[in-house]
Amino acid sequence: MAFDNKPLLEPIISANPVILHVLGICSALAVTTSLSTALVMSVALIFVIGFSNTLISLIRHHIPKTIRLIVQITIIASLVIVVDQILQAYMFEMSKRLSVFVGLIVTNCIVLGRAEAFAMKNPPLPSLLDGIGNGLGYAWILLLIGALRELLAAGTLMGQAVLPLAESGGWFTPLKMMSLPPSAFFLLGLLVWAVRTIKPDHVETLLDADSSRSEGDAP
Amino acid sequence: MIELFLKSIFSDNLALAYFLGMCTFLAVSRHFETALGLGLAMIVVETITVPINNLIFNWVLADGALSWMGLVDIDLSFLTLIASIGVIAATVQILEMVLDRFFPKLYQALGIFLPLITVNCAILGASLFMVERHYDFSESVVYGFGSGLGWALAIWALAALRERIDENLVPKGLRGLGLAFILTGMMSMGFAVFGDLGFG
Repeated sequence: MAFDNKPLLEPIISANPVILHVLGICSALAVTTSLSTALVMSVALIFVIGFSNTLISLIRHHIPKTIRLIVQITIIASLVIVVDQILQAYMFEMSKRLSVFVGLIVTNCIVLGRAEAFAMKNPPLPSLLDGIGNGLGYAWILLLIGALRELLAAGTLMGQAVLPLAESGGWFTPLKMMSLPPSAFFLLGLLVWAVRTIKPDHVETLLDADSSRSEGDAP
Repeated sequence: MIELFLKSIFSDNLALAYFLGMCTFLAVSRHFETALGLGLAMIVVETITVPINNLIFNWVLADGALSWMGLVDIDLSFLTLIASIGVIAATVQILEMVLDRFFPKLYQALGIFLPLITVNCAILGASLFMVERHYDFSESVVYGFGSGLGWALAIWALAALRERIDENLVPKGLRGLGLAFILTGMMSMGFAVFGDLGFG
């Protein structure tokens, strides 16, 4: 069997779940105040989506159509509880900072969306790859925005000083704005703009925008 | 109480300060009419589910909450997540049936939005915040209603803005999603200002 890496690579750029389908941004924005929270959140999401896709794909022939959403949500919620408990046990500080957002992976539309759109129709291995690919596509956006916000708000990355602060004789004056919610919206808006300028086929026309929107909303 | 109410509407707005329910928020804010329906449905569901989850947490799941049954040492709080989402799904389902049976007009207006709301993270988020911040029952009613109303206000405003702005010439790549984000960012700044006015 030829190794098919399409499910892994495609979602990272060209079918990126965050930029193209507007999925899962709820949590994407909230945890990007610093690079470290974005990193932990990304790892947690990749773990959950990888396992949920694999598990759901394994039992996909046994799930009755009518209650599939409940089955999927239960599997995802159980995985999220595992992640949450691990974080509370080994990284308590981090788990406090992520607050409810780890729990909200349950309703992260990427996870449920991939379970519904991919794992229900494909064998376990491609489903695993698809999960990891989508997780990575979500992760790099999180990491990028997290890095930018932390850098501009405090001049640090992962808590290490990168830009010399004006207070201590350097040239950089921190932008307090970047640690507040609005900046995440602005940065993501600009990022979407940039990606769509490079890849014009992402641009929504007024006509098909509605259909693609209601579709992206399906879960 | 009033402070909590205003805070949940403005400075702690679920959509604009905590980014909750963003998927639906951006997807359904294209037309004002649909946004109106979704906003109303959101208020109703929040007002019901947050207090119910509060009761369940305080009487069943919290550490030692089962002492009224004689089980003192049981801490089920790790089940909060799964219980909350179950409650939300069930409430939405029941609400849908009740509306369909007794208020067909209202059901036609809100019907299509109710299933969407089950997976809306704003609802789950409000319940989880309620647990994390230890609200009591009456506070949870106020918080549920306030945060639903705040979310609704935000989506109504954004939908109205987007309807107007779609008629204008916007750079191609910015059209739609990109612009929606930037508008939301500006609204977020506006709502956050209320927090500094002394009632946040």
